[in-house]
Amino acid sequence: MAGKLIMTDTSVIISSTQISELIDLVKRIHGFDFSGYTKASLKRRITRIMQLKKISYYDLKHMLVNDQSFFQDFLEEITVNVTEMFRDPTFYKAVNSQVVPYLSTYQHSKIWVAGCSTGEEVYSLAILMREAGLSQKSFIYGTDINTEVLKEARKGIYSLRNIKSYAENYQLTGLRGSISDHFTILYDAASIHNELKQNTLFSVHNLVSDGVFNEFQLISCRNVFIYFETELQERILELFYQSLCPLGYLCLGSKETIRSDAFKKKFKVINQKENIYQKVGS
Amino acid sequence: MGPDKKLIERWKSAEILLLGGSAGSFKLVFQIIKLLSSELNKAVIIVIHRKKNYLSEIERLFAENSRILMREIADKDILNKNTIYIAPANYHTLIEKEGTFSLDVSEAVWFSKPSIDVTFESFAEVYKDRCIAILLSGANQDGAEGLLKLRNSGATTIAQHPEDAEMDEMPQAAINIGAAEYILRTEEIFNLLNT
Repeated sequence: MAGKLIMTDTSVIISSTQISELIDLVKRIHGFDFSGYTKASLKRRITRIMQLKKISYYDLKHMLVNDQSFFQDFLEEITVNVTEMFRDPTFYKAVNSQVVPYLSTYQHSKIWVAGCSTGEEVYSLAILMREAGLSQKSFIYGTDINTEVLKEARKGIYSLRNIKSYAENYQLTGLRGSISDHFTILYDAASIHNELKQNTLFSVHNLVSDGVFNEFQLISCRNVFIYFETELQERILELFYQSLCPLGYLCLGSKETIRSDAFKKKFKVINQKENIYQKVGS
Repeated sequence: MGPDKKLIERWKSAEILLLGGSAGSFKLVFQIIKLLSSELNKAVIIVIHRKKNYLSEIERLFAENSRILMREIADKDILNKNTIYIAPANYHTLIEKEGTFSLDVSEAVWFSKPSIDVTFESFAEVYKDRCIAILLSGANQDGAEGLLKLRNSGATTIAQHPEDAEMDEMPQAAINIGAAEYILRTEEIFNLLNT
């Protein structure tokens, strides 16, 4: 109910001008550029931080300037880190039938999960690859701007309650067995099998400011674009285009589509409903 | 008894109709969609609680029975008149100043995603008195706070009469905090939207 408490507190009101001021401040002092983020969500997140910490706009500014450790908290709160294993089961079904056969033609395939948060999607894909018998022939990179969530991702330990809620997703993907087959369960925690962790690497990467770091057969960036304005989305689409091998695949979230004409020419629609694209052209 | 004159005027001049509902509201929303005229001249946004992974049925059923173009909201969709927008399951729906929708996967509010509060609050900030909002049957308190913010921003706010609601908790919660400017019987809601 934490979320609700926050919503009922109507005392925190922050203006658009103040949001812009904060964006400038964070960019100048911490080097993170949030100017391309959608404003409604940003405003909601910042309001939430102020309510959680019970601080005013001026306190917030002061802390952002003077309290280095506070910035990590701020970053963690401002970026949405809610994720699930096998979120949108029909998406995983589609990857399994439309992308995995392509990946299997490679001696070794590389996958990039951009904006991986606490790692659930990386491990979902790792499970998918294992079930396809491609565990030893694939490597998955998970990146995020947030170092704290990456620590969680590397551990691969999730609460048993969460795993239980992912069980239904797993069943709907049509994969055999159950999700618990991929975890070691210890009291109220579930630890992802070491075998699945072996071929993964988690590291910091900021989609706004960092560039190409490898060449991939598959890039999955789901429910990240919803937080970006169109212009920033297009800059990142270019980054993905440059990071994909010829005919490589790009997966966006189930409500995220490529709208720009220029990029429609660079990415062919493979699955309209699940927003799976393939790089075309040179 | 028909709705009062002032309310009819406000209904006619409103540019945006917001509908929020949960348990027990499905049939009602379905009936409302059926009666909305194709020359409504408003954008309609529907936020209904429902389970993730089972989304397509509601949208299909609604779309087949509507005289107005209907779509499930996708990232960066533009808010247009004479269109019914339905908030997708497992996302919150927000509206930007520029009139584009943005989606959000953050924490559930009142165990709900989509949350009615989140969408109502967002419209209160951007479209203020250009909105008319109706909160229908439901078994939790989502929507009450959002309806209050709408009312405070000058929007016309309506709660379904708790006696008519299959589940009265949701409209009652709104009434309790003074969020509902009007409390209408189901029949009165139909009459108003038919005007």
